[in-house]
Amino acid sequence: MDLIIVLSAGVATGTALLFATVGEIFAERSGVMNLGVEGMMLLGAMTAYSVSASSGSPWLGALAGMLAAGLISQIHAYISITLKADQVVSGLALNFLASGVSLVLGEGLNSLKGVPALPFFSIPLLVNIPILGDILFKNQSVLVYIGYLLFPLAWYFINRTRPGLHLRAVGEYPSAADSQGINVIGLRYFYTFVGGLLAGLGGAAISLAISPGWFSEKTSAGLGWIAVGLVIFAQWDPIRAAGGSYIFGALRRLILDIQGPTTILGLRNPFYYNPYYGFFLQMLPYAFTVVVLVLGSREAIRKRMGTPAALGLPYVRGQRGL
Amino acid sequence: MTDSPSPKPAGQNWFPYRFKVEPRLKEPPAWFSPMLSLAAVVVSLFIGAFIIHLAGGDPWKTYVHIAKSSFGSVGVISDTLVKATPLILVGLACSIAFRMRIWNIGAEGQFFLGAWGASLIVLLPVLPEDAPQWLFILTTMASGILFGALWGLIPAVLKARFNVNEIISTLMMNYIAISWNNYFIYAVWSDGGFQMTRMFQRNAWLPRLADYAKEIPAFRGLTTHLGLVFALLAAVVVYLILTKSQWGYEIRLIGDNPNAAHYAGISINKNIILVMLLSGGLAGLAGMSEITGVVHRLQGAISPGYGFTGIIIAWLAKLNPFGVIIASILFGALILAGREMQPHGIPTMIQGVIMVLLIASDFFTRYTIRITRRMEE
Repeated sequence: MDLIIVLSAGVATGTALLFATVGEIFAERSGVMNLGVEGMMLLGAMTAYSVSASSGSPWLGALAGMLAAGLISQIHAYISITLKADQVVSGLALNFLASGVSLVLGEGLNSLKGVPALPFFSIPLLVNIPILGDILFKNQSVLVYIGYLLFPLAWYFINRTRPGLHLRAVGEYPSAADSQGINVIGLRYFYTFVGGLLAGLGGAAISLAISPGWFSEKTSAGLGWIAVGLVIFAQWDPIRAAGGSYIFGALRRLILDIQGPTTILGLRNPFYYNPYYGFFLQMLPYAFTVVVLVLGSREAIRKRMGTPAALGLPYVRGQRGL
Repeated sequence: MTDSPSPKPAGQNWFPYRFKVEPRLKEPPAWFSPMLSLAAVVVSLFIGAFIIHLAGGDPWKTYVHIAKSSFGSVGVISDTLVKATPLILVGLACSIAFRMRIWNIGAEGQFFLGAWGASLIVLLPVLPEDAPQWLFILTTMASGILFGALWGLIPAVLKARFNVNEIISTLMMNYIAISWNNYFIYAVWSDGGFQMTRMFQRNAWLPRLADYAKEIPAFRGLTTHLGLVFALLAAVVVYLILTKSQWGYEIRLIGDNPNAAHYAGISINKNIILVMLLSGGLAGLAGMSEITGVVHRLQGAISPGYGFTGIIIAWLAKLNPFGVIIASILFGALILAGREMQPHGIPTMIQGVIMVLLIASDFFTRYTIRITRRMEE
């Protein structure tokens, strides 16, 4: 087991999580909580894989995966923004719908061979940095590099630009935003769409780059739900989200690799001698998500900040409240 | 701001009526909400027909096939009820939690732990192999409820103590429960290296109608088991708790207005714990009933997502315990007939369509649409 390989693979797995988490941050910052991330990721993964197989272009596949997830997110947007229904229930419904559609349309995709995946390459110069170069810049998928650009840009956009200010206003105090002529309803639709696009890209990152293929509901294996949890841990901040995503990615990879060697740090490796203990290792990412939620929630209580004030609340012009 | 002085958008004037969406001032009549559920199911069947047509099938034949293979004879009605039994219990588990607006998405995991708890009695073994059947029923039931409730307690404590979002924590507990079960069926209780435990002995099974075929010949071959009675009783109990007890009043008040409940001196944290214990216990009972009534051994594939279907059933029944029974029979039929349907995602997709339509149609319980004749100005 080579720690550098674990971390470098962790960065790759974390990238799928990063896209989905940052997407959900955009949606939630505008006040729309979308619990359908897992379903949207599956739909993105299925569509991307399917389109890449039929068109021969993984780029077209990734784009189609993003659009499919973005479009299906608009069902949630319509139900929760226009029809003002409960966002929790609507998000769950979207999750069922998107998962079901992916399973039905994805039937048989797993038998395809030679579906083109997105390119892998090293970044010249940067790859020569000792250790970090091997982990971050050596033979990674192009989506991993896009991920490196995405989270600082997302942070800059949300915190330092005028449209980002509007985004935050719509999620924190929609009636004040409305009085300034900001289109609350329109922006919420738009950022729910952005959340869908990025969840779809996260799905495409799985099926076209990280572990190429279509494995029904095992393709995303709960990553979408972990992303929803990470948003809370990240306090709606894309940079913290990136940290969380990469740590989680490394953890998932570590679980696979730790069962290989006969000894760890000179001690007898119990996971090698009893492979059934691996089931307990498989629990770790999910247990860790719960722990991370506890940490995130405690911090939120202590600092009295984080959650967008209007998260989950429909906006009705002229009604009292936010 | 438009230049036109008219507030109505131009181009719609040719239409002699106009539609106005207004918030409802009065509660809709009692029949309204069940009718919406029914309408949602009917519309989703039409959408399902359209998708089956797209996939190259014959929708009419498919639906006739579903109806025949789930309600066509006494034997298959009995099989439908067998499928409905765990659904009623998980539907109730979700209903009571949702009534307080606690989003227990973890019924699936609590179901697995209930099944595990029941197996523990037989396989550890807690009871000697030839213990009487009534003792097995009582202890497996108690153990199933206990472990289901414990699995519900963990997210409840996290929610009450640390304000941890229960949607995500209950969902994570599902994955943990499945790994936990896998460890036992692969390693500890594996039957000769297969990924399942040994078959439980007959006196650890729940009695089935077929067991009485000697006395009543009409029961021959019927698989309906005692779990159905547990499920129906549980529906009555949940109904009584929700509508007739002080506790039920607290649950409903917290669900409708947590601030009012807080000012009325009701402990929200205490109720989170109690409701999740009850909800987890009901889901655990579903697991116990399925394992001792149908599968008779612990294995990986004991649930085709019952816990998740329970969420939709609760919503379809508008959280009404007796509505849960009807909705469960409907979904029991869908699961029974859907087993041989290809591709295997069709039941999940139809469930998703039903749920999306249900939540969308809720709009009509909160708003009315008034159609008025457009006046010439």
